[in-house]
Formats: sequence, C-alpha cells, structure tokens
Amino acid sequence: MTTKDAAYTYTIRLGDDALILGHRLSELCSRGPILEEDLALTNVALDMIGRAQALLKYAADIEGKGKTDDDIAYRRAEINYYNHLLIEQPNADFAHTIARQLFVSVFEFLFYTELEKSRDETLAAIASKTIKEIKYHMQHAIDWTLRLGDGTSESHNRMQTAVNDLWMYTGELFEMDEVDAQLMRDGIAVDLIPIKAQWHNDIKTVLSKATLLIPEDTYMQTGSKKGIHTENLGHILSEMQYLQRAYPDAVW
Amino acid sequence: MHNEHSDTHFQSRIDNGEHIESKDYMPEGYRKHLIRQISQHAHSEVIGMQPEGNWITRAPSLRAKQILLAKIQDEGGHGLYLYSAAETLGISRVELIENLQSGKAKYSSIFNYPALNWADIGAIGWLVDGAAIVNQVSLQRTSYGPYSRAMVRICKEESFHQRQGYEIMTKMMRGTKDQQAMAQDAMNRWWWPSLMMFGPHDTDSPHSSDAVKWKIKRETNDELRQKFIDKTIPQAELIGLIIPDNNFSLDEKTGHYKISPINWDEFYRVIAGHGPCNKQRVDHHIKFHEEGAWIREAAVAYKQKHVKKELETA
Amino acid sequence: MATDTQLDLWEVFIQSKSGLPYIHAGSIHASDNKMAIQNARDIYTRRGEGTSIWVLPSKHIVASNPDDNDMLFDPSNDKVYRHPTFYVMPEGAKNI
Ligand SMILES: [Fe+2]
Ligand SMILES: [Fe+2]
Ligand SMILES: [Fe+2]
Repeated sequence: MTTKDAAYTYTIRLGDDALILGHRLSELCSRGPILEEDLALTNVALDMIGRAQALLKYAADIEGKGKTDDDIAYRRAEINYYNHLLIEQPNADFAHTIARQLFVSVFEFLFYTELEKSRDETLAAIASKTIKEIKYHMQHAIDWTLRLGDGTSESHNRMQTAVNDLWMYTGELFEMDEVDAQLMRDGIAVDLIPIKAQWHNDIKTVLSKATLLIPEDTYMQTGSKKGIHTENLGHILSEMQYLQRAYPDAVW
Repeated sequence: MHNEHSDTHFQSRIDNGEHIESKDYMPEGYRKHLIRQISQHAHSEVIGMQPEGNWITRAPSLRAKQILLAKIQDEGGHGLYLYSAAETLGISRVELIENLQSGKAKYSSIFNYPALNWADIGAIGWLVDGAAIVNQVSLQRTSYGPYSRAMVRICKEESFHQRQGYEIMTKMMRGTKDQQAMAQDAMNRWWWPSLMMFGPHDTDSPHSSDAVKWKIKRETNDELRQKFIDKTIPQAELIGLIIPDNNFSLDEKTGHYKISPINWDEFYRVIAGHGPCNKQRVDHHIKFHEEGAWIREAAVAYKQKHVKKELETA
Repeated sequence: MATDTQLDLWEVFIQSKSGLPYIHAGSIHASDNKMAIQNARDIYTRRGEGTSIWVLPSKHIVASNPDDNDMLFDPSNDKVYRHPTFYVMPEGAKNI
C-alpha cells in the first residue's frame, strides 16, 4: 500500500464518521425535547457536516480523479463506507442519542487533539478547527449524561440502558490496521493505544458522576474498517443517496 | 384608576408612534390580540420546521443539507423569539403549546401542505418565506416593543431564506428535464397557497381594524399581498417558471399585477382542519412533545438535586 | 409523576465585542446554569453575534414601574449641565 492509498482510506474513514453522524443528528430536527435543545442538536449536526465536507474534499484531492466531496459522500456502495458502527446506531431515544454523543465526542476530543500534531498539514488544520467544536459537543454530552443519569429514576434507567446497548460498539473505536500502522510510521496517523486507556478513564469518571454503572466487559462488535456494517447504514444511505441515484445526471 | 391609564391615553401613545412595553398599561383587547397574533406567528415558525424537515435526510448535496438545516434551525429560533415575546404578555410557553396542540391556537395554513419533491424546498424558501418576509418587514414597526424587537432580529435572519429557495428553483430550471418538471410542479402547488398566506381580503378580515388602529398591523392583507405578487412574478418569469394562473396581467398604469380570484373555499377548508397535513403536523408536535416529557423532568429533577451546589459555585 | 414544564425562563445578555456593553438579546428556557449558557449560545450567537454571554433567571429581574416614570426620569430633563455641550469653550481651545 502506498502512503497515498493509506492516506485516502484514513481520511475517508474520518470523513464518514462525520458524514453519518451528521446525518443521524439531522434526523432529530423538529424532534427535540424542548425547542432550545432542537437548535442545539442542529448545531452539532452542522458542525459534523462541515467537517465531513472538509475531509471528503481532502480525500477527493488525495485520490486525484477530479471528484467532488459530494461524489464521495453520495456515490459509493455501502461496502465502501468506513464510519464506525457506533456512529450509525439509531436515535432510539434521547438517552441513546446522548450516550452515542458521549462515547463519540470523548473519543474525538482525544483523537483530534493528537491529530492536530499530524505531519499531514491538511489533516492537522482540519483537526485544529474541529477540536473547538468537539469541546462543545463533549460538554453538551457530558452535561446531559449527568442530568439523565442523576435525574429521575426513569431517565436513569433509560440512560443506563443506552450505555449498555451501545457499549459493544465502543471497542471498534480503538482498532488499528495496516492503514494506521503505515501512517503512524510517517507521523500522520494517531496511535490509538494511549487514547483507549484515557477514553476508558474519562468515560468512567463521567458515568460514575452520573450515578451510572460501567458496563461489564463484553464482546466488541467489529467490521467497519472493512466496510461491514450493521443493517442501519443501508437505510441511512438509501435516504441520503435517493436524489443522487434517481437522477444521476442532475446537478443540485 | 389613574386618568392617564385610560384607553384614550393608551391610544394617544400609539398615535404618537410610541412603543408599548410589557409593564405599560394596555387595553385587554390589545393584549389578547397580541397574544393571538404572536402565538400564531410563533407556532407557524415551529410547525413550519416539519415540511422542510421532511427533506433534510434526502438533501442532494452536503451544501444543500447544511443550508436546509441552518434554515430550519433559524425557523426554530424565530419560534423561540416569538414565544418569548408572547411570554412578556403573561402567558407561559406551556400554555402556548397546549393551545397549539388543542387546536385553540392556529398556525399558518401554508404548513398544512406537503413537501413532495426537492423543488418544494426551493418553492417554500422562495414563495413561503418570500411571502412571510413581506409581512415581517412590515411588522418590525409594530407597536408592541418585544414583538417589534423579535421581528427585527427575525428579518435579519430571514434574508438568506428566500434567496436560498430561489437559488434552488434557479438550479432546477437550469437543470435536466426532470428537474424542470419538479420545479414547475412545486410552483403549481405552492403559488396559490402562498398568496393565501396574507389572509382574506381586507373587506372580509375580522381582526384587521383594531389591529390597524393599535398599529399592531401596519399594512393591510391586500396591500401586502400585492407587494408580494409584484415582486414575485418577474422572478418566476426570469427563470422560466409558469405562473399557474391563466388570467394574470400587468396593469401598465399602476405597475401592479392583477391575478385571477383566489379560491377562498380552499383557504377556509384548510383552516378548518381539512388540509392535506393538518392532522399530521399537530400529531407530530404532540408526539415529540410527549416523548420529551421524561427528558424535561430529568433536567428539573437534576437541577433540584444540585441547585444548592450550583448557587454556591455560581 | 412530576408536572411537565418548559423549564425556567432566563434572560440573555450578549457582548458583541470585548469592551462593549452587554445588551439584552432575548430569552431562553433552561433548567440549570450550564444549560442556560449553552442554549443562549446556540440560539443567540449563531452568526457570530457574541464573544461573551450573561444569563440570569427572569424572575430575578427587577424592573421600574411605568407609573413612576415622572418621578424617575423627568427630573433629569432640565439638568443640561450634565452634558458637555452645555459649556462654552474659548475659540481655539484644543483637546478638551
Ligand atoms: Fe418562516
Ligand atoms: Fe422564520
Ligand atoms: Fe424563514
């Protein structure tokens, strides 16, 4: 694998996380628990789509075949999407949305803090812009985790269920393969081993402050690095790609 | 009662062009009219999130998705500013929402029409926001201070809404045959309802006279509608959209367009609840309001547990 | 089951640039301090309107009574000596 191929895959993976999470969050528009929160979640969604745009455009540049960010976002088959399984899990209820936001934003905070030091200048620049946004996403997720965990018994139970349900998708956040290995040698990719330990630490702190239990060790689901997803992604894509696929000649 | 608190004094303040603030004396009719109008306006912004929200997950490009999300978010913000303005009149948001869900309070009938194809997103921004802006610009000078301030903020934010809608329509009209057909279809369905947004003719409008006397409303329904027609028809023609009206014409002397009679039966039928989406819109609002109850309760419970700590650290 | 609410009403003040006064932007609903700041940020600074936010529960606002307007505000109408243009400076005076 050339560095170029590895960098393309690495960037697409990051871009897909932002793309699909932005999509998931955008589904919540007009469905918030209170109008203020509706607007707050939309802000997070907009940050994600903006980041997806930057990363997918960069992936297109690396590939060098004259594609646009939209070509990459809208015109791949399911097997060629590489977002983490956690990202595509549905907004089953607000607790699931918040638990997903918590797991993802704490991870992204640690990850992008490191990526800011990447020797790839474009990735480093995207990271330093995005880290400010992530800090806010993380604060928002932590605050709601505390309110739900330590709120009413119903909210506590829902939040615990959500944490438990999503736990099996968190292991994948720290998987590394030959793409990571190669780019780490070049000082481009982030080493996920120290991040894994820190993530567990931070999540434990938040969950216990929220009077929630840390889920027990369990089998961790895997597959997204090879494009093997849960059934959720196909439905997301069939909506997202509808117009692009129905009218392939159209410019929007 | 103090003499200066009489309705005459109030009316002279209005006539002098003064703004009324929430703690000032106001006749009960003025307060009631404002609550009805502001809440109807607020509910329209909030319910209006639904038809456009219907296309967020299918927006055909990242740019389109960002624009649409930001636009709908603005509308939610407008609802929020207006709820706040209504709250200064002594009605709570809880009551306002109850009135919406029970059907006691109305919202603009335009949102009881469905958004069926992507060009509908263009038509909504261009025609529906376009019609709303004409009304809102006029309302910046409304006599009630909190309402006027909310409208100033809203108008600033609205400026991109109509443009993004027209941009979509333009792109579709310059696009493939399919896209042009979608655009014309959207035009056909949204044109007449958008003209109805201004309300019945002045001669048939039940609330107009008080509202004009109190300077809540600064221009009449027909005046505002005419402004909208005059600026919109040339925009349609510029990009090749056909106005779905066989008999409209430009009066060269006045510079105003004359259109065919509006189908007021349809207007009253939709207001009465028989539009394609009335039930769906309110049901959606109720569903997510109810699903949010446990979350709001959790926030309150958490605050009660931690309120002491918070005061100490505040 | 607790009665449902729309959380508490707060007033939002935004400073658009450091050094400038905080200006009332509007209101929001929120349950606690943090949520109030975050909601104020998400609702009133979406277009870069602010660099700093104050929020306070609306119930803590004390407002003057319009009935007292004569007493409170009229007395300052005839005190022109508080305004710099009241004073006549000699021809050619600079930096004053
Ligand atoms: Fe609107
Ligand atoms: Fe609006
Ligand atoms: Fe608008």
